[in-house]
Amino acid sequence: MSTSNKESILNRIRQNKPNPVLLKENNFGNFPATALQLIATLKAIKTEAVLIPHLNAVQEEIQQLQQKGNVVLNVLNNLNAVEQDQLSKKSAADLASLDYAFIKGQFAVTENGAIWVSDKNIFNRLIPFICKHLVIVIEASNILTNMHQAYTAINIREEGYGVFIAGPSKTADIEQSLVIGAHGPLSLKVYIIQKES
Amino acid sequence: MKVALFIPCYVDQFYPQVGIATLEILKKFGCEVVFPLNQTCCGQPMANSGFNHLAGGCNENFIQNFAGADYIVCPSGSCTLHIKEHLHSDKQEAEALKIRKQVFELSEFLTDILNIDRIKARFPYRVGFHSSCHGQRGLHLSSMSELMLPAFSKPEQLLKDVEGITLLKTERTDECCGFGGTFSIFEEAVSSKMGKDRIHQHSANHVDYITGVDMSCLMHLEGILKRHHSPIKVIHIAEILNASY
Amino acid sequence: MTTLTGKHASNAAAFIKDEARTDWHDETLWMVRHKRDLAAAGVLEWEALRNYASNIKEHTLSNLDDYLSEFEKNALANGIIVHWAPDAAAHNQIVYSIIKDAGIDRIVKSKSMLTEECHLNPFLISKGIEVTDTDLGERIVQLRKEIPSHIVLPAIHLKKEDVSHTFHEFLGTEANNNDPQYLTGAARIHLRDKFIESTLAITGVNFAIAETGGFVVCTNEGNADMGVHSATIHIACMGIEKIIPKAAHLGVFTRLLARSATGQAITTYTSHFHRPQPGKQIHVVIVDNGRTTQLGREDFRNSLKCIRCGACSNTCPVFRRSGGHSYHASVAGPIGSILAPNMNSTQYADLPFASSLCGSCSNVCPVKIDIHYQLWKWRQVLMQKGEGSIGKKWMMQGMAYIFARPKLYRFAGSFARKFLRTVPFLAQSKTFNPWYKNRELPQAPKQSFTEWYKKQQ
Repeated sequence: MSTSNKESILNRIRQNKPNPVLLKENNFGNFPATALQLIATLKAIKTEAVLIPHLNAVQEEIQQLQQKGNVVLNVLNNLNAVEQDQLSKKSAADLASLDYAFIKGQFAVTENGAIWVSDKNIFNRLIPFICKHLVIVIEASNILTNMHQAYTAINIREEGYGVFIAGPSKTADIEQSLVIGAHGPLSLKVYIIQKES
Repeated sequence: MKVALFIPCYVDQFYPQVGIATLEILKKFGCEVVFPLNQTCCGQPMANSGFNHLAGGCNENFIQNFAGADYIVCPSGSCTLHIKEHLHSDKQEAEALKIRKQVFELSEFLTDILNIDRIKARFPYRVGFHSSCHGQRGLHLSSMSELMLPAFSKPEQLLKDVEGITLLKTERTDECCGFGGTFSIFEEAVSSKMGKDRIHQHSANHVDYITGVDMSCLMHLEGILKRHHSPIKVIHIAEILNASY
Repeated sequence: MTTLTGKHASNAAAFIKDEARTDWHDETLWMVRHKRDLAAAGVLEWEALRNYASNIKEHTLSNLDDYLSEFEKNALANGIIVHWAPDAAAHNQIVYSIIKDAGIDRIVKSKSMLTEECHLNPFLISKGIEVTDTDLGERIVQLRKEIPSHIVLPAIHLKKEDVSHTFHEFLGTEANNNDPQYLTGAARIHLRDKFIESTLAITGVNFAIAETGGFVVCTNEGNADMGVHSATIHIACMGIEKIIPKAAHLGVFTRLLARSATGQAITTYTSHFHRPQPGKQIHVVIVDNGRTTQLGREDFRNSLKCIRCGACSNTCPVFRRSGGHSYHASVAGPIGSILAPNMNSTQYADLPFASSLCGSCSNVCPVKIDIHYQLWKWRQVLMQKGEGSIGKKWMMQGMAYIFARPKLYRFAGSFARKFLRTVPFLAQSKTFNPWYKNRELPQAPKQSFTEWYKKQQ
């Protein structure tokens, strides 16, 4: 049944499609990107961004949050296979009480503040969405200018799931009033590790 | 330079002074102007209403009147655009093609063909400029707010040097006035509301006049202005550029 | 569920009666257009991007069968289950079957204009499935039993008081608390349980990539991802035209989409789906529903380039002053007016006329669809098909007759002017002369230009 549906659609396309249109080549250029530019863009999309020399600063924050009684998930350290598997199997009910999630990002884009995060950073796709507050850590050497560069740098098929995250969840569906914090995290904070030279 | 004058049907019937001003301007710049006497309408009212298939007779008449002209100049962006895009003939397509290439709206003819830098005219009033859509987006008489391209405007370039004029733009620089031809009748509520809103923006600038390259837009705005007993008057760009000392 | 009827002109007239509300609707959408302008101005190569996006889409449409086949091959290799639906009924049946086979009775759904087009919700509800739309705007209109009035901003026709009223009735929020922050917070709480319990989630598809067999979903609220990652089964519904050839092309489209739609540089989440998590399923339903017919229409096939950004609606002075519901179609605005007549030329014959042909829409379209040209061309098709009223047809035949005959034209003009000068009151009827409703008639001069010119010779 499905095969004949497919063939009928493809046949109709073959009958109706226009003459071939050539795909034009295009090059949108490579520009250097800086951490300062990224911080400015992130600020504009209501994301706090902090430059740090080392991951230690983040570990301190995690400890402080836990001491205050927050439910914190730390995915920054390399998890072993068992830990990865356990995390991937957690259900929405298991993760619903998550206050903070700390994850790594692979690339950040200065033109829009988007940070690429994929399965290998989170192991469980719900994590960046179900937590109340999200913290992403990136390396300053992985900052790019625009989306063309980003799609050159990443292989979107490498992981089963990947997402560009640009800021905390938001909506303007009520009279175009911007509300930060819709169904995803209420806030996003980004740590940029810039090793002192 | 020999120029055939193409006068829109509603200008011919209701705003002859615009035709007269156009004729005088062209003469001032040394053009030999002929006015083919049997012209009627460009056919746009039928075509835009979906009845382009009935425009054959109208098209043939247009070609008969304008065939062989070196330049055809018209004080309307909308009518000029229509001829440029839609004039065709079963019998004389070669002539139709020539006409499509040689038809110009007045302000673009002045800036691009006659290469006029400045016009000596005097019009000491506050004037709101209305950017008629077909001239702007169709003929590219000026840049468009939607496009990220350098700004320019042929009509305003001519107007800004008129002595005493204060040329004012509205906050929404190129929103449609709502005339739209038979749209003004078949979607009357939206059309009138659009016109009213356009006038509101001009009123905020306390203008004495609203001008533009299309008398159709201005006729629609004038109708609303008069209904509201507004002191603002409409005037075609040709009349301003022809306003002498 | 309300189905919309009537014709645009009368619906619009009713909308405009509340002038203050019309001004508010107009101003709100103008601001969105303005934000788009600011965002576009920040991209030096904006016009080049539009050109390239248009080229990618045109190239794709001319090779659509190959790219769809390539997509299916790669998607299947990724472990995605692919379905093909020739029409809306098949689409709805496929989606229902997946739900039924899994023994599920409630689902969550994030924004998909395709599912609106197919009327999926009423179909599933008739089969006893509880459907919760999870985009805030879509949820609001769902509770109100309305359809979205804008493809990106579904509740743009509603004021916060309206939302407050609806939430008070259905979610028990405080009466008369109109604060968008408060109301959004209430929606978050209300929907959170639905997400956590969700076993099946439906999403749309913004882009499907032939080269990789994956697809992209662009959202701001996080609801799409909350739904699909909580659930076991993810059904993604896409029109055949959502295909793009290569992953690299996403660079072009992700730079254009949100800027055109809302003035944001990018949506908060741009989610790329290639493989289901172990133990879970991803289904893609590829839908035709009239698109192959449109593909065969030389003048209108480029409407299939659309990436559903809504910029054309925001810039349209008619849309802003009539509201999406006036278009009585699942997709309203300029793009809707060139898509809908393909589906039903009688029901939607009025839509291409709901325009002054100003051309602003074509200018804001990120993929350079010649929308205003297609509106004009649809007018020709529809009137030749006989969809126009008798009165209009007679009027046009009359005009065509007169304008082809110079002497008759001059006589008619002179007569009309005499008439207006001597017995103007006959034309000054708000009932019989639509022009006169809100406008004075032009002054009728004694001489036409032609008469004046003849006197000079």
